[in-house]
Amino acid sequence: MLGLLRTARRLREIGLVGIGERNADFVLRYNPRKFYPRVDDKLITKHLAIEAGLPVPELYAVVREEHEIEELHAKIRERDQFVVKPAHGSGGDGILVITGRRGDKYRRSNGGFISREEFDHHLSNMLSGLFSLGGQPDHVLVEYCVQFDPVFDNVSYKGVPDIRIIVFLGYPVMAMIRLPTRMSDGKANLHQGAIGVGIDIPTGITKRGVWGNEPVKEHPDTEHSIVGLNIPRWDELLLIAARAYELSCLGYVGVDIVLDRNLGPLILELNARPGLAIQIANGNGLAHRLKRIQALEAAGTLAKDPAERVAFAKANFATT
Amino acid sequence: MKKSQLYLLALLIAAVGLGAFFYKWKVLGFPVLPVTETEVWEVQARVEFKARTGGNRITLQVPQNPPGYAVLNDNFLARGFKPTEQKTPDAREVIWQARRATGTQVLYYRATVYRDQHKVADEPKPRVPPPPTWDEPFATARATLLEQVRAVTVDSATFAAELVRRLAEEDPTEEVELLLEGNDDDAERAALIVGLLAERRIPARVAWGLPLRETDTSARLQPLLQVYDLESRLWNTVDQHTGANGWPEDTMLWSIGPKPVLAIDRNPRGILEFSVTRSLADSLATAKKRLEVRDRALVAYSLLALPLQTQGTYKILLLVPVGAFIMLLLRNIVGIKTFGTFMPVLIALAFNWTGVVAGVILFVIVISLGLLVRFYMERLKLLLVPRLTAVLIVVVLLMALVSVVSNKLGFEIGLNVALFPMIIMTMTIERVSVAWEERSPGFAIRQALGSLVIASLAYIVMGETHMQHIVFVFPELLLVLLALTLVLGRYSGYRLTELFRFRALAREKPANEGQGG
Repeated sequence: MLGLLRTARRLREIGLVGIGERNADFVLRYNPRKFYPRVDDKLITKHLAIEAGLPVPELYAVVREEHEIEELHAKIRERDQFVVKPAHGSGGDGILVITGRRGDKYRRSNGGFISREEFDHHLSNMLSGLFSLGGQPDHVLVEYCVQFDPVFDNVSYKGVPDIRIIVFLGYPVMAMIRLPTRMSDGKANLHQGAIGVGIDIPTGITKRGVWGNEPVKEHPDTEHSIVGLNIPRWDELLLIAARAYELSCLGYVGVDIVLDRNLGPLILELNARPGLAIQIANGNGLAHRLKRIQALEAAGTLAKDPAERVAFAKANFATT
Repeated sequence: MKKSQLYLLALLIAAVGLGAFFYKWKVLGFPVLPVTETEVWEVQARVEFKARTGGNRITLQVPQNPPGYAVLNDNFLARGFKPTEQKTPDAREVIWQARRATGTQVLYYRATVYRDQHKVADEPKPRVPPPPTWDEPFATARATLLEQVRAVTVDSATFAAELVRRLAEEDPTEEVELLLEGNDDDAERAALIVGLLAERRIPARVAWGLPLRETDTSARLQPLLQVYDLESRLWNTVDQHTGANGWPEDTMLWSIGPKPVLAIDRNPRGILEFSVTRSLADSLATAKKRLEVRDRALVAYSLLALPLQTQGTYKILLLVPVGAFIMLLLRNIVGIKTFGTFMPVLIALAFNWTGVVAGVILFVIVISLGLLVRFYMERLKLLLVPRLTAVLIVVVLLMALVSVVSNKLGFEIGLNVALFPMIIMTMTIERVSVAWEERSPGFAIRQALGSLVIASLAYIVMGETHMQHIVFVFPELLLVLLALTLVLGRYSGYRLTELFRFRALAREKPANEGQGG
């Protein structure tokens, strides 16, 4: 019991934000419910991003009804690679990454094959709402499959590594890159077994990683070091994240960005309830950084210009 | 929404709930414990007399709102007599009348008496009746005695006590002996003291008390001497033998003199007998009856007025918030993960009939069998709604199967599987199977176990007979629960499981390092 109290006090000092604090003091307070559809529906996110001039993966097709699944096969006949995802999916559930074909079958990013029948069934499940928050009927997005930057080749096991940046009132406060592993089935979600690697905001260099709840230094599948990686186009990434605030109107948001070999950074999705493991990945708590920005808010000196916000973040939010 | 506003609201709600609870508990006497029994006395006054021709009129003093007791269901039984009730502020009497009655007549007054908390109200200073005139040598004896007492006392209270003491002395003085002559029993002696006190302008009276202890078929009214205390404005009861102050324990005030308890016109030889039967009754029923007498609306608008079957339903329904609160604690403070928000509470309700061990076993059997079917269905590639419907049908069949098999094997408990909420079971099976496929079997099993742990804990709390009783009798306590829920609604501290999750971080970062940021 005493040990637990000591742990709690220690975590407070580190500034670790728990799920209760995140929900009560940040998500509920800074994220108005009416703006949730902007991030919960990936189709809306995509349209808003295009309007704002932010880069997103190209949309190939939208499937809204059961019968459109048949038509989809015709629509994407020309495409060898694409991603199928539920518009209201959460936590990466239901996302299907197709990287090729063999006859009637589709090749998945994890190397396995999926028959057309299975593919149709999967889409039908998505439409029924199996993967959506709350189980409402959903629609399905078919979009460009990101050709990820070779800089991560050594530290990913198939799938697409993505960069998660927590943005508070438009200020990037903490970042990590999520590396898929064999365990995560090529997905970049930490609770599915991906590795989270904290990125130092001022430099864009990875500092340390977490797998599950334990710190790691090497990728478990490739055994390459995950520390000291230099994230390319880091400033651009930070700026995109900062601009996502105006796009979503949500004060506390997680921005997921991928680095495409040819197209550069692309916004994959936004998250109104970003997870807390990013703190373990960085070995830092969010609370102190969030308080800095709350102080700005109280003083009425929040910057309107995203570039200014990025500059503030780079000056203040170094990983310790 | 400011936190202070929330806390204020919660405080208000809690205050209302607690206030209502204390009022019902302390004032209305609703029992806090289940099956607490209260003492109940069936009191009967029996009047027997020889009727005379030409009309009979019998007046019996009966209790009226005696302090410390509540009189319920009182009635007057007499064949051929017509009872009339008469009430004055300090007396209540029944008058039986019959024009034609012959032979020995028996009249009854019956009442049910419970203990009660209410006290007697202040009374204005009573008028002192003129003292009776006495002949010699009594007048001299009286004057001497009063003078002796006055010499050693300072006020009316001590005067009365000293007078009583002198009259009760083992070895009385000459004057006392003279005065007591012919006044042998307590009643006559009490009347004598009242007369003596009247001489000193001290208000006093004789009250009649009925001892309520064990069953007693030949109970007697006790004459009790009461002296009015000017300071406290209350009637002080003085024991005639010891001079001690205070109303005797376990005694109900029957009536207050000077009227005789029983008066029969033109017939001094009526017999009045009392019998007292003590029994124990369910205090909830007693409280309800008492309320019905005092304040009908309070019972009419409470759960106790509902038909019994509906009451049974509410006994269960009112427990759901308790279970939900337990779940709130375990989910948001401890951090246990479950399938579905309220699934554990509904499972816990089902445990009410099965008991926790059998309940868990039945639950695991149905869910595992359902999962097997569900895994097979995964290969059939059914759409979501047909798949859920199919699983639901299978769940119902499985429940029937479990009942039939356990009946055959002689496990009666298996029959109760029918009480499990089948929709919840179906959704649970679906969620477990999706989690199993999407995440991992370990994750699914952990979460299912979490659900079961919460269900079991919720059951243990909800199944507590005290808890069932309290929320049913005092549903306003749910307001307190609501207030606590509101407060916890803004709990932003760490969850217990988070401490374990982030423990590594706390350990690796030694204290007193720079503020991260």
